[in-house]
Amino acid sequence: MIDKKIVEIFMKEGIEPVLSVPCNLLAGILRKIERTPIRHIPVCREEEGIGIAAGAALAGGKPLLLMQNSGLGNSINALMSLTRLYKLPLFLLMSHRGGPGEKISAQIPMGAAAPDLLRTLGINFITIKTAHDLHGLQKLIRKTYALQEINAAFLARELWNEAK
Amino acid sequence: MKRSDVIKEISALDGLIVSTLGFPSRELYAVHDSARNFYMLGSMGLVSSVGLGIACSQKKQVYVIDGDGSILMNLGSLATIAHHAPANYCLIIIDNKAYGSTGNQATCTAKKTDLVKVAQGAGNKNVRRVTSIAALRRTLQLFSDRCIIIVAETDRYAEEVPIIPLTPVDIKVRFMREVTCRSKTTDNR
Repeated sequence: MIDKKIVEIFMKEGIEPVLSVPCNLLAGILRKIERTPIRHIPVCREEEGIGIAAGAALAGGKPLLLMQNSGLGNSINALMSLTRLYKLPLFLLMSHRGGPGEKISAQIPMGAAAPDLLRTLGINFITIKTAHDLHGLQKLIRKTYALQEINAAFLARELWNEAK
Repeated sequence: MKRSDVIKEISALDGLIVSTLGFPSRELYAVHDSARNFYMLGSMGLVSSVGLGIACSQKKQVYVIDGDGSILMNLGSLATIAHHAPANYCLIIIDNKAYGSTGNQATCTAKKTDLVKVAQGAGNKNVRRVTSIAALRRTLQLFSDRCIIIVAETDRYAEEVPIIPLTPVDIKVRFMREVTCRSKTTDNR
């Protein structure tokens, strides 16, 4: 249900293309995107997605990068010296790993650091914990392309627990 | 063959041009500044990705001027290019086997790495090595309607060229105007 609602927001807001590096939590969203007409470009590394997103924005697109928060670490220079430098719009939609219920220890340090990294970079973000928060997601996505900003949202693990 | 000779050749073609940071962008600016040029000023390695994003999002031909040091930073891009292979995408990797903008330190292509084989191994069908302007011209003509990667081997020579005096936002705004007005023209046909 959550996955479907998120992809519906992409459709309503005219998101295209979606760049992605997979995450177990995002698997449902990725499957749903494949059933829409939205152009989906899987990339090898998140930073590469920042580059393709910049090109898509230059051609008038509304790019969105779907990834784990670990991908934020792989993208920082590009976010500043490409997306921010040229004032291009980009939405970062990240599964937030490393919190309660995380079984992979390597996710914990970066998961803890990610929110402060965004603050340091001056990237506005929200955390989506329940279906109720999705309204805020749609608003922030719309603002991103209207004002040519970089904005982000974390999708908390509990978002999917709630759905079950 | 000098890098600036390759750049001159590309700048004479009809299409959008995206160039990697440092000397390639500065030489392109000096050879022929135009609104259809998008100069990368940072993010070394990402120019091939930026060009791919443009090529996948509109119909106009896209030429990407990359370097050996730069593509070595983003080899995954060669796999993504192979996967999508838009027909309006042409990647020219100028291989001078050195980090030319930082004092000509050797890159891995100076010794073992063959970028033609790397690009082929990533799954790209059309990959060519050129060592002369005549061969470059022939290759560009032959593959004008297909996704192509050209590795152009050049000397380690940089022209005396100025820093690009445009602001990043100026570069973007005039480039976007060019992309939009041209793609509209195409759509109306």
